[in-house]
Amino acid sequence: MAGGFVYTAVESTAMSTAEYYGNTLAELGREHPEIVALTADLATSTKIGIFQKEFPDRFFNVGIAEQNMFGVAAGMAKAGCVPFLSTFSVFASLRCADQLHTDICYQNINCKIIATHAGTSFGQAGSTHHAIVDLAVARSMPNLVVICPADGVETANAVRAAYAHNGPVYIRINRGFDRVLYSDGDYGYEIGKAVELHEGTDATIIATGSCAFQALQAAMFLKNVQGVNVRVLNMHTIKPIDKEAILKAAKETGNIITAEDHNIIGGLGSAVAEVLAESDIPVRFKRLGIPDKFAPIGLHEDIMSILGIDSNGLIHAVNDILGRKTDDDDNWEDEV
Amino acid sequence: MSLSKSEWLALEKKANELRNLCLDTTFWAGSGHIGGGMSAMDIFTVLYHKYLHIRKDDPNWPDRDRFILSKGHAGIAYAPVLCDFGFNDKEQLKTFNHTNSKMGIHLDSNKVIGVDASTGSLGHGMPIAAGTGLAARVLGKSYMTYVLTGDGELGEGSNWEAAMTINHFNLTNVVTIVDRNHKMIDGDTEDVMKLEPLADKWAAFGFTVKKVDGQNIRELCEAIDFALTATNPVLILADTVKGAGIKMMENNYKWHYGAINDELYAQCKADLAEYYQKRVERVEREAK
Repeated sequence: MAGGFVYTAVESTAMSTAEYYGNTLAELGREHPEIVALTADLATSTKIGIFQKEFPDRFFNVGIAEQNMFGVAAGMAKAGCVPFLSTFSVFASLRCADQLHTDICYQNINCKIIATHAGTSFGQAGSTHHAIVDLAVARSMPNLVVICPADGVETANAVRAAYAHNGPVYIRINRGFDRVLYSDGDYGYEIGKAVELHEGTDATIIATGSCAFQALQAAMFLKNVQGVNVRVLNMHTIKPIDKEAILKAAKETGNIITAEDHNIIGGLGSAVAEVLAESDIPVRFKRLGIPDKFAPIGLHEDIMSILGIDSNGLIHAVNDILGRKTDDDDNWEDEV
Repeated sequence: MSLSKSEWLALEKKANELRNLCLDTTFWAGSGHIGGGMSAMDIFTVLYHKYLHIRKDDPNWPDRDRFILSKGHAGIAYAPVLCDFGFNDKEQLKTFNHTNSKMGIHLDSNKVIGVDASTGSLGHGMPIAAGTGLAARVLGKSYMTYVLTGDGELGEGSNWEAAMTINHFNLTNVVTIVDRNHKMIDGDTEDVMKLEPLADKWAAFGFTVKKVDGQNIRELCEAIDFALTATNPVLILADTVKGAGIKMMENNYKWHYGAINDELYAQCKADLAEYYQKRVERVEREAK
């Protein structure tokens, strides 16, 4: 990724994912005076407030009025500003879906929606604050680029890439601290290009967001403990989806599992299924995520475990698709 | 700045031409939202032929005044205004609503030159206008934004969200005009969903309300002149007649959208001629 700070894993111990966003936006703000920021009473929670502190005259809090915020952003963009707007993902995708559709996407407005508290990352808040359909909504909007970064470092890359893209971009990021996937930002992030996190030819896990870290953990375990070689693709861009990487994985591994913190309908799993169904490649396929129901209340990690989109769940899923049994490890003799 | 008689007459003449062009477009299209188009035509005329700083040969001039048609279904009136102004070829009006035309019921800002925002879903114009108003402040520009809403669409909460924004940021560079034609698809606004006391509502949201006869060009001009020098946001409550100028349509909610055949067309033309005559007579009586 050209330009900007290169964040490292060291920052990840001190900065939440949203703080990577807020700091990156402030950096961009120093470089580009046309950037403005808007929120609907969530300056602190979404960390867009970091921009506010530095550029109070280019920051607008419209109160608790998300529909209005999207329209205001469209107007500002039409006049030559580049608005970044932030609220929770569940509101960005549903409360103002009409404005997202008509004001932003239909008019192909150059504005960036950085939607926080994605998936079940605000788990304790319950389903009113879980964003489990936002990828489905956003993915079906023409002109909209849809990104789900895996961690804070990737969020910084995605925010910069979003600015560089001329058109509307929706980025969903998690509340709190993501598990650190990238030690630094210099790994060739590009919108629409999956990142291979782990080599493998037996099966492929295509993961997005917080599931990418879990998929890598699962692949390392499967390789080292069971001798199963699993390819892991970090599909950070949900639209445009990286068809090439999906088809290559299908051809070379024959087994595809998708993993996302989202309803299995409409998000990553559906996007990958569409690519596979239109190909002539025979493949075994499984979608993991939220199985078309509302998620339980709880800590994010616990919910991911319950849903089977943590490393343990993914290990089981790989063994299932390969027709293998996941051995219960009752032997404590080899523990260190 | 009072409106001279000659200027008033010139605007009446233009409004009459545009009413006729709106009728023609409805005829060419087969049908259209002519009722709410006619109620708004004097507002369109005053804006496009007196107030808007726009350039025919430079429609995207960054310093131009903005106009946001929140009641996007009035495209059948707005398209004739934009073609007549010179932004688009008038011949395009003959394709209005036809398959593959650039012009459909709700005008697309990416297809029709001079349209500042694609609208159609109601309650979207005021937030967008608040955005262009805020942007002017950020970018150090002195352009004005005018937004025209319907009255029925004021049921959409997003209007009131935007009203709060316009008031909160004291966006005096945004002038909001309500086409108060009293009718919506299903009937009278007060029967479908009560709007009154509408002026009080706007006042409570921090606007200075100027209530005018929306079919009186001089009153419209006086209200806009007031808004241009006001120190807090102004709401022009333009009391209008749905279908103004065509007798069978006037104040008839069923003409929110309608079809016009050859026979009706001839009658409508005659009505518009008679209406124009009365309007000119009023100027002769009232002009200073």
